[in-house]
Amino acid sequence: MILVVISGLMLFAVFCFLIWFSLPVFLTETSLVFSLQWQPEQGHFGILAMVFGTLSLALISTSAAFVIALGLNSFCLLSRRRWLVVILRSLLKFMAAVPTVVYGLAALFLLLPLLRNGLQLGSGYSLFAAICMVILLILPVICVMLDNITTPLWQQYALGAQALGFSPEQTYMRVILPHCKVNICGAALLGFNRAIGDTMLPLMLAGNATQLPSGVFDAMRSLTAHIALVIATDQGSEVYNSLFAAGMILLMSSACICLLSRSLVGRN
Amino acid sequence: MHLFVITFSGGAKLIGATRMSRWIGHWGKLCSLLLISIMLILIGFIIFKGLPTLGLKLFFGDTDPLAAMMGQKPVWEGIWPACVGTLTVVLCAVSLAALPGIASGIWLASAAEKRAQKVFSLAVDILAGIPSILMGLFGFSLILVLRASFFPQANVSLLLAAFCLALLILPYIACATQNALSSLPKQLTVTGAALGMTQWQATYRLLLPQASPGIMSGLMLAIGRAAEDTAVIMLTGAVANAGLPGGLLQRFEALPFTIFYLSAQYQSQQELDMAFGAALVLLILTSIIFTLLAALLRRRNCNIFGSAKSLIKETMC
Repeated sequence: MILVVISGLMLFAVFCFLIWFSLPVFLTETSLVFSLQWQPEQGHFGILAMVFGTLSLALISTSAAFVIALGLNSFCLLSRRRWLVVILRSLLKFMAAVPTVVYGLAALFLLLPLLRNGLQLGSGYSLFAAICMVILLILPVICVMLDNITTPLWQQYALGAQALGFSPEQTYMRVILPHCKVNICGAALLGFNRAIGDTMLPLMLAGNATQLPSGVFDAMRSLTAHIALVIATDQGSEVYNSLFAAGMILLMSSACICLLSRSLVGRN
Repeated sequence: MHLFVITFSGGAKLIGATRMSRWIGHWGKLCSLLLISIMLILIGFIIFKGLPTLGLKLFFGDTDPLAAMMGQKPVWEGIWPACVGTLTVVLCAVSLAALPGIASGIWLASAAEKRAQKVFSLAVDILAGIPSILMGLFGFSLILVLRASFFPQANVSLLLAAFCLALLILPYIACATQNALSSLPKQLTVTGAALGMTQWQATYRLLLPQASPGIMSGLMLAIGRAAEDTAVIMLTGAVANAGLPGGLLQRFEALPFTIFYLSAQYQSQQELDMAFGAALVLLILTSIIFTLLAALLRRRNCNIFGSAKSLIKETMC
């Protein structure tokens, strides 16, 4: 009982700390933090570019991963080669266990040379590279959720739909998917949450330039990478204020998304 | 009935739907083949690059292995200190998180007050979804506060990193325990009560042993998660050249951080090879944990939702 209280208090403490630290930022110098300029030497601590970077990374990768996950899910349900499905499912579970830093390392020496030499894109550090790897990172999350949602539905409806003359593909598209639209959105949100929160891939692959990315092949910096970089380079106490603002934004968005996706996934 | 309504509304669009449906079949095949080949290439690449470097030299550099293991001689060009550092920090984190995690799991599964339970499980969910770097930021600001208030010599250290990792893995353990307990048959509790056991006795002697495979798998998940996480330890005390961890309040080396550091700032081909070797070691470590986990889950043969839910927890954050 006491331990429960302790672990509850810990969670509470995390919230309080971040709020406490970021309050002065929000109360006094709001305009400074929410601007596009990041030039610590001149006193500009705007993190808006990073917010935008995180958003674009998460949005693009989640929507791409979602479409791919739908395909994978349909394959898991429809394919007649069951051994392939078994392999695919265990591969997906294994992917969840692969450390992100290993993904980053592999991409650093496989994907980046491809972008650099094959497509002639400067150094190769870009939003695109980060998106590619983040898709791999969040695919297992979305896929496992989708699988959990659609498999019971499939067992319930497949026979009836077949009796009505649906082909399996039609059953999937016209019966299963419309039936669990809301829950699927919840699964996608979970993936989105994970895409926002990942640090290592944007840090290693996205180039970390504090600018608004003007295209997919531009370098950018995400909020998480920003926190890691600034603490690593240790620039002094004024910069930290903007960090806590960044942390606050991350915390709030992840908490909201968590609540939303939880209610969406659980709904019938 | 529901099905008929759907059929009716969908029927009008069925001609276009046929093409669409055929498309999803092909799309599924394409995606899965692509995914399997990409993952084979990625893992194969790491193995291809890392396997030749795997050996005593990777771990100990030029130092004598036995002396290095005993900590008599420092290891400069090997990943042995990083391995030990990772092991220590993971062990510390798990031992810190295990008791509160299991306790809150038991409480979540058995508490009488439904409202408090709901709030708490919500909190656990949110905690599971928090980006790991925020835990690192939390640890970092904790140090700032400690320094400013009553503990001026506080610094980032192994203990702090273990504490933050413990915060990170706490929800996984809690959730796994809750799932394992609540998937047990209800009769067990009733029988225990009928035999005159107090609730504590029933939990400790009856329910926990029954649920131990589930709890073990949760712990294993937590270990895997703590071993792979880089963002937290990067902010709370991992450095590139610390040697073997000297104590709880010292800085330390860790495998994921070594990989990150070497891949970002390698100066020679040898250091790069070391990064690949370390990546392979880490990959092997996590896949061993994964295999054990899968074996445990298969042996437990629990209902699909229990295992699925813990997997979701694993992949959530």
